[in-house]
Amino acid sequence: MNIQLLGMIVLWTFLYGYIIVASIDFGAGFFAYYGKMTKQDHVINNIIDRYLAPVWEVTNVFFVFFFVGLIGFFPSVAYYLGTALLIPGSIALVLLSIRGSFYAFSNYGSKDNKVYLFLYGATGLLIPAALCTVLTISGGGFITEKNGAVQFLAGKLFSSLYSWSVVIIAIISVLYISATFLTYYANRAKDYGALAILRRYALFWSIPTILASFLVFVGLRDNNVHFYQRIIDKYWWMFALSLVCFIVASLLILFKRNYGTAFIFVMLQYFFAFYGYGASHLPYILDPYITIYSGFTVHTAAVALVIVFILGLVLLIPSLIILMRLFLFNADYIQGKK
Amino acid sequence: MDMDNVTLSRLLIAMTFVFHIIFATIGVGIPVMIAIAEGLGIWKKDNNYLLMARRWARGYTITVAVGVVTGTCLGLQLSLLFPSFMRVAGQAISLPLFMETFAFFFEAIFLGIYLYTWDRFKKRTSHWLFIFPVIIGANLSAFFITTVNAFMNTPQGFTLKNGVIKTIDPIAAMFNPATPAKSMHVIVTAYTASALILGSIAAVQYLRGKRSEYITKSLRLAVTMGLIFGILTGITGDFSAKFLAKHQPEKLAAMEWHFKTERGAPFIFYGTLNKDTEEVKYAIKIPKLLSFLSFSDFNAKVIGLDEFPKDETPPLYIHYLFDVKMTLVGLMLFMAFIYVLCSRLKKEWMHNKWLLVGLSCAGPFAMASIELGWTLAEVGRQPWILRGYMKVAQGATTASGLGSMFWLFLVLYLLLAIFSIVVIRKMFIQNPPEDEMKYRFNNI
Ligand code: HDD
Ligand code: HEM
Ligand code: HEM
Repeated sequence: MNIQLLGMIVLWTFLYGYIIVASIDFGAGFFAYYGKMTKQDHVINNIIDRYLAPVWEVTNVFFVFFFVGLIGFFPSVAYYLGTALLIPGSIALVLLSIRGSFYAFSNYGSKDNKVYLFLYGATGLLIPAALCTVLTISGGGFITEKNGAVQFLAGKLFSSLYSWSVVIIAIISVLYISATFLTYYANRAKDYGALAILRRYALFWSIPTILASFLVFVGLRDNNVHFYQRIIDKYWWMFALSLVCFIVASLLILFKRNYGTAFIFVMLQYFFAFYGYGASHLPYILDPYITIYSGFTVHTAAVALVIVFILGLVLLIPSLIILMRLFLFNADYIQGKK
Repeated sequence: MDMDNVTLSRLLIAMTFVFHIIFATIGVGIPVMIAIAEGLGIWKKDNNYLLMARRWARGYTITVAVGVVTGTCLGLQLSLLFPSFMRVAGQAISLPLFMETFAFFFEAIFLGIYLYTWDRFKKRTSHWLFIFPVIIGANLSAFFITTVNAFMNTPQGFTLKNGVIKTIDPIAAMFNPATPAKSMHVIVTAYTASALILGSIAAVQYLRGKRSEYITKSLRLAVTMGLIFGILTGITGDFSAKFLAKHQPEKLAAMEWHFKTERGAPFIFYGTLNKDTEEVKYAIKIPKLLSFLSFSDFNAKVIGLDEFPKDETPPLYIHYLFDVKMTLVGLMLFMAFIYVLCSRLKKEWMHNKWLLVGLSCAGPFAMASIELGWTLAEVGRQPWILRGYMKVAQGATTASGLGSMFWLFLVLYLLLAIFSIVVIRKMFIQNPPEDEMKYRFNNI
């Protein structure tokens, strides 16, 4: 494997990590708000708080990691996307800022403030919608370069079926991933009232997940035929595996068994779809301007980044294990005894 | 707004920096103060200090949140507003930026643990130990980001050909000549400012008539630490000046209105300048002091602005930034010194009304010094974004819509500022320390 591909895999893994942890986080925020509105908050919000409180900052770091790494490995991406995305990027930033800070305001400050709760619940759905358009744009067709000036075709993006199908699947996935995780978490906490509600959410969002994925395929075929063809010819099996994992996960939840395994299958479902999508996208990062080879940084800088990445993991993985053992997988903590 | 892209980009990034740096400074300094308070509490078996650590940590959660989100804005805005700069310099600085993120990650994990495990361990010291990874993470991230800023002032470790980087030595880029002085000064001033802010809060409470043991002790601890760290900032500030004299003489010369290279250069404080004749009036002028401060030698040669092309020297108003900064620094450290002196020699003067009024100002003064110092450092680098290689005008974005983005972020920061003040006030006023002391510790 060459270092360009290695760099891209590192970054893609961060993005995958972000998608999972952020989905749990964003969805949980939404469910907390929804629970409050439908007066079920006394049942479910306790579970949600116990999960969210210790880990929210960690989620944000995943995102920062991704974009810092992207600029480091592929500096030209910063140039193209930086110029093109000034407005959408700024809006996404404002949403992220509102969410992060109002989460803290609501959680550490005024627990029952409905406005704070609304702000972080609603932004939780808008952020994935805003961020996923970056993926859409990188698929090609929404940026042109004329006389050295990069231009973003906003009108085309807003009128594209493909772009909207990606937005839809992003929002639905957030709710689905989050609900399946919280179902498992409620079960660990032996909080059967919350479990019943959250399991209903998980089942409710499973069918739309699959319908939306088909919509994305249709949209993609219209938008970028080469990309679509690569998926169908070379990587169809990854998407097939993803579908299998989805079915296994949904059946487990339907039959009220092994919620932990069910969530692992949900993660695998997204793993296969996400890496399949990524692999079919290669070698382009920004179709057709930047490939992982043309946009790559100087060799010594890349080697230094990879070394730091490995050293960083050696430090972080044990720390994350401590965090998880103290909170996520500590039965007493989840059950509220600590 | 009717301004060009370069000005707007600069305004927008400057606004984000000025806002972020408040929270970033608190983020680096407060964990140190928390560690000291909890450590003292365990050592002296004094619940007042334990409560102090606990309450400071609670306020800290809010500032961390705002620090994190504004930092995320800053990180992305660098690419959004200065895409050409990031395309070139991004490669050279990606290593420290990447490491900074690891440091944040580390900090975030242990902060989560620290905040939620106050009563979970049998031994108090086990909980105390968890603040240290937070301190290490915050300090490392401050160090790494400061190396990036240092690189912009004294870039090295790469070769450029037609505006494209050909080779990079990431380690040399990180450890450039500006790194030692800058990083030390930034970190130590963060401790000073944080300690003095905590001191100011206690002083205001005391003036309002809250004279409990808790308030008295927290005032004394915070101001004493503020003085100790403050003395260290003087030493590191001296390093900063000596670094400038050697490696960035045009910044020092503009700061000191030092127009001609000469031996035995005087130190100029305030005054007015006639731009055409370069004549300085009404200033406090101390002969030979600038030479001494720059090179520890009263007769050393200090490079003046005449050795640089006119379009490559920074604006001369940074002179006032430096002077005001030094005035504020002098005032706040003087007040802290008097207080500490009284606490040792004349306890009945410690809570003199005017001394407390002065101490209430020390925290805001410290934060103002931080802002002034940074503006001095950044404006003093003008017109360069990467000194000697790239001017700011070449780095800025060409995209349209910057004006509205400026207003958007201004509203965002105002909202965040207002809400954080409201939330923090509410948090502490609804739950005064005297009450919390009772319900938390009466069973121990
Ligand atoms: C509480 C805040 C505070 C305090 C007490 C001081 N400083 Fe400072 N100063 C800063 C806060 C600061 C800063 C905001 O942190 C800066 C901006 C850039 C930097 O490196 O640190 C800075 C920059 C800065 C610079 C410019 C460095 C550069 O551009 O590379 C100089 C020459 C000094 N300082 C000098 C001093 C001296 C002689 C002090 C003697 C007491 C001093 N500072 C105390
Ligand atoms: C010397 C000046 C700076 C210091 C001391 C500093 C320190 C900090 C601290 C302590 C935090 C975390 C908030 C907290 O834990 O309290 C933070 C957040 C952040 N800062 Fe700054 N910062 C500085 C300047 C910058 C600059 C110039 C950038 C942009 C490149 C930046 C990017 C970030 C980012 C991306 C975050 C959020 C990280 C996360 O998601 O956790 N910082 N900064
Ligand atoms: C964290 C503390 C910092 C503060 C408070 C700060 C403050 C400022 C201010 C006030 C300006 C406006 C100067 C002007 O337009 O004349 C500025 C400009 C700028 N700073 Fe800094 N800065 C900090 C650190 C950094 C760091 C670490 C970086 C690099 C990653 C950086 C990159 C820039 C850039 C790109 C500009 C715009 C170009 C320019 O005007 O020079 N700054 N900053």
